[in-house]
Amino acid sequence: MIPFTYERVGTVAEAVEHSTAPGSMLIAGGTEVVNWLRLGVHGPATLVDLKTVPGLADISLVGETVHIGPLVRLADVAAHPWVAQRFPVLRESIHLAASAQLRNLATIGGNPLQYTRCPYFRAEAETPCTKRRPGSGCAARHGITDNQAIFGWTDDCVAVQPSDPGTALAALDAVYVTRHADGGRRIAARELNTLPSQDAVAHNMLRPGEVITDIEITGTAPTSTYLKVRPRASYEFATVAVAVALEVDGDLVRRARIALGSVAMRPWRLDATERLLVGHRIGSAAAQRAIEAGFADAKPLPGNEYKITLARNAVARALRQAVTA
Amino acid sequence: MNEVSPGHTVRTAVIVNGEQVDLDHDARVTLLDFLRENQGLTGAKKGCNRGECGSCTVLVGGRRANACMVLLAGIDGAEVTTVEGLTVDGELHPMQRAFVDHDAFQCGFCTPGQIMSAVACVAEGHVGDDGEIREWMSGNICRCSAYPQITAAVATAAKEMRS
Repeated sequence: MIPFTYERVGTVAEAVEHSTAPGSMLIAGGTEVVNWLRLGVHGPATLVDLKTVPGLADISLVGETVHIGPLVRLADVAAHPWVAQRFPVLRESIHLAASAQLRNLATIGGNPLQYTRCPYFRAEAETPCTKRRPGSGCAARHGITDNQAIFGWTDDCVAVQPSDPGTALAALDAVYVTRHADGGRRIAARELNTLPSQDAVAHNMLRPGEVITDIEITGTAPTSTYLKVRPRASYEFATVAVAVALEVDGDLVRRARIALGSVAMRPWRLDATERLLVGHRIGSAAAQRAIEAGFADAKPLPGNEYKITLARNAVARALRQAVTA
Repeated sequence: MNEVSPGHTVRTAVIVNGEQVDLDHDARVTLLDFLRENQGLTGAKKGCNRGECGSCTVLVGGRRANACMVLLAGIDGAEVTTVEGLTVDGELHPMQRAFVDHDAFQCGFCTPGQIMSAVACVAEGHVGDDGEIREWMSGNICRCSAYPQITAAVATAAKEMRS
């Protein structure tokens, strides 16, 4: 780690001001930032600690919207009764993420900002990676591609975004509310992370000095669930993950929201599937056709055609899991 | 040899196993390095040093955390408990006793982290059955693979701790 100064700030305005300066970086739970510093992914001159800003670690209910402060630890999000009752998919996604220790540290605002786990990006001895060194290429494109993207990749980057809570938040149409020197904005959870066609270097659309101040989830999704398929039973990143939120009328789907995790550089909503499922019964032939329609634009890399089959089957299983839970 | 350049200092106060510690330190120092190098508390181990193995698990504010992933500067005012702080008047904590009784280790390197994690696991109430214990203890890797004995030790200590 190269030396840095450490600043504890007292307000969001201070956090924005201090983290806008070139060479400054925000830190919250630290479970990603500390590893970036070790790997040399970043070498900030100043770390600005957001944890000392009061009021960013609360959960509140205003009307039909649950507001989750960005500094709420993952374990506390999952344990909260409003989350458990209204958004089982978010609770399950957290319990299937990382370990109990890390969930006590990591924050709900920081987790979706984690960088890809692509081994070429994280390599201790640098390999070509445009996210590591802009313009250096993509060692993964013609390397080991088993766990890389099946949607939205380009020759510049084939990596995937692994956040489980981020995938659940995308399925729930959550909104990240930000503050920035230019004002703030509302970012749809499905759009927070950037596809390589938008920006191959970036991991998400936040600008320097832009701070997430609130995460909003409106409505309820009691018929929702998270399915994570991974090489070992616990404490492992997903090969494919599925977040499902359904509204059903008897056994017919009235509304479906489905986001896939670890298949693209952002949570991947299956828009066509969601549309075509309406009016059909989970498990029916029409529902199966709807699932297949969601994969029309899937494109395998040389080593990961299996992920398309796996993801398709995982969606079918997650839908069944949601209605039988 | 790699040259380590001196870093900027920051002032942090923490309570370690009940004792107040106030110090100026390099901003890069992790809780794990502080405990081991500054406090001489070598129970928490540096296994992977990147949050993957759990051998550095300690309690921060009563909650289990990977000490290697925590910058000391980020926990100003916190209470930290290490495995050294579990023993009272030379008496082993029920979890330590259960690990001995169940032979829940071979090399012992992961054991302090396992024990701290297990103490928190019981406090959280995630000890309903062996499956639940295994899931909620999965953040602690044991390369000797003493998992069945660890699970049994946690289950036994949980009964004692809750009675």
